Amino acid sequence: MASVVSTRRDALDVAAVRRDFPILRQRVHGRPLIYLDNAATTQKPRVMLEALQRYYSEENANVHRGVHSLSGRATDAYDAARETIRRFLNAADSREIVFVRGTTEGINLVAQTYGRARIGAGDEIVLSEMEHHSNIVPWQILCEEKGARLRVVPMTDAGELRLDEYESLLNECTRMVAVAHVSNVLGTVNPVAEIARLAVARGIPVLVDGAQAVAHMPVDVQALGCDFYAFSGHKVLGPTGIGVLYGRRALLEAMPVYQGGGGQIASVTFDRTTYAALPYKYEAGTPNIAGVIGLAAALDYVTAVGLDRIAAYERDLSTYAASALSGVPGLRLTGTARERAAVLSFVLGDVHPHDIGTILDREGVAIRAGHHCCQPLMRRLGVPATARASLALYNTREEVDALVAALERVREVFE
Amino acid sequence: MTPELDDLYQEVILDHNRRPRNFRALGGGRRAEGFNPLCGDRITVFLTVDNGVIADVAFQGSGCAISKASASLMTESVKGRTVDEAQALFERFQQMITAPADAAVESLGKLTVLAGVRQFPVRVKCASLAWHTLRAAFDARDEVVSTE
Ligand SMILES: Cc1ncc(COP(=O)(O)O)c(C=O)c1O
Repeated sequence: MASVVSTRRDALDVAAVRRDFPILRQRVHGRPLIYLDNAATTQKPRVMLEALQRYYSEENANVHRGVHSLSGRATDAYDAARETIRRFLNAADSREIVFVRGTTEGINLVAQTYGRARIGAGDEIVLSEMEHHSNIVPWQILCEEKGARLRVVPMTDAGELRLDEYESLLNECTRMVAVAHVSNVLGTVNPVAEIARLAVARGIPVLVDGAQAVAHMPVDVQALGCDFYAFSGHKVLGPTGIGVLYGRRALLEAMPVYQGGGGQIASVTFDRTTYAALPYKYEAGTPNIAGVIGLAAALDYVTAVGLDRIAAYERDLSTYAASALSGVPGLRLTGTARERAAVLSFVLGDVHPHDIGTILDREGVAIRAGHHCCQPLMRRLGVPATARASLALYNTREEVDALVAALERVREVFE
Repeated sequence: MTPELDDLYQEVILDHNRRPRNFRALGGGRRAEGFNPLCGDRITVFLTVDNGVIADVAFQGSGCAISKASASLMTESVKGRTVDEAQALFERFQQMITAPADAAVESLGKLTVLAGVRQFPVRVKCASLAWHTLRAAFDARDEVVSTE
């Protein structure tokens, strides 16, 4: 069947992709919706919506509990989803896939289990200057409780982490390195494999916040060499309220439990509880079954389109957008790292990003304006806020052109 | 441009954004800080009250055009009024910017230019930030140390 595959046939067919996303047909203020806020959350393909519908209308039952056949079917679908996610991340074992609510809960889980057990007074946790609050605050809470402290890897003005500084921060007190794979403000793709290599060589575990990566590039946790990897389903075409924490098995085995409850135990008496094997040990209570099944459907979709193809398409679109935006008088892109995902933050003269957001919205263009949950980064950049256009596989050059045209409207208002 | 946007970004508002009035620090009086965590707007309102009358009021900070213009217009419209009058004005201002888009606009003097905010519910907080901060400043104590 396979013949010569031309590069043309290999490219992503954006018109076909767009047809898979019902919401993109919508109009806003009488104009076609141009959704450029994908770093906040992505839109959902029909196959994902149908998977949720099918689960609730044909398979709904609790998992791992019932002897009846419906429960068996729900359990099968749930277990199959875990295997889909293992494959998606290329984890060695599906028991290394723990379901959580999202990236935020994944990081909190590690801080509250591994962190509480292994991090103490005088210990250090290394983060970067570009972290999202959800990769800062859980560590801060731990530091306050334990008397540990945060060390921060600085970045260059272009938005690249200073690896030399990073390496010099690693010492015998370092107990954890936690870093974003892709910055949700600058778009910088951090060299996490290199970051992990330097830490692991010193016996320091590495957590990667993958929230902004998984929808835009292939991720292989074994190749990255990290110990933990967290992401949110809603940022990769899946439902809200479901996310994944990958953890290396030896670490997950050794760590204490997170929450207590049903579904996670081997036996309970009033004297003592023994816990179930991985991954159930970390999944107390009825899980978000529909979310898990929806997430697997979303990842199947992404995989079918092809992450390499998506990455190539977005790289091209992002380059186009960066050059189109640079042509807008007074516009300055924040974040010019060499390795960048399709996240474009900018400021426009002294127009506040909030005003940009409002005017763009009336043109049908949805972007985000604000600090993007990165206040320390905003301080580093010396701005109170930025405007951010973040692209996904269904965005087009025409939409980028519409963004640029709408920015002209902003300039007209504020001259 | 849509008519709603023309309503929101009226020339008066853009002018107050470009050249905010009473944009400075005041020493010796009361002060309060306001913060809108959603968009990162920050404002400090300075106030001197004499016998229940607002003798002087000023502000500093960074924010969007709506929050800056609203703060600027607020300082102009409360200076010389009693604290109680200013409180009552805030109530009416709040009603004006949260009224349904098709409701009649009651005249609030200069502040009336901000009525267009009602068509942009997510921007209401920007317009009211300065007022909430003013109210906090009413409750603050006189500072012992003056700035600079
Ligand atoms: C880099 C990064 N980390 C973490 C998060 C938190 O994700 P969630 O809110 O889905 O837990 C986000 C989402 O905004 C993000 O962009």
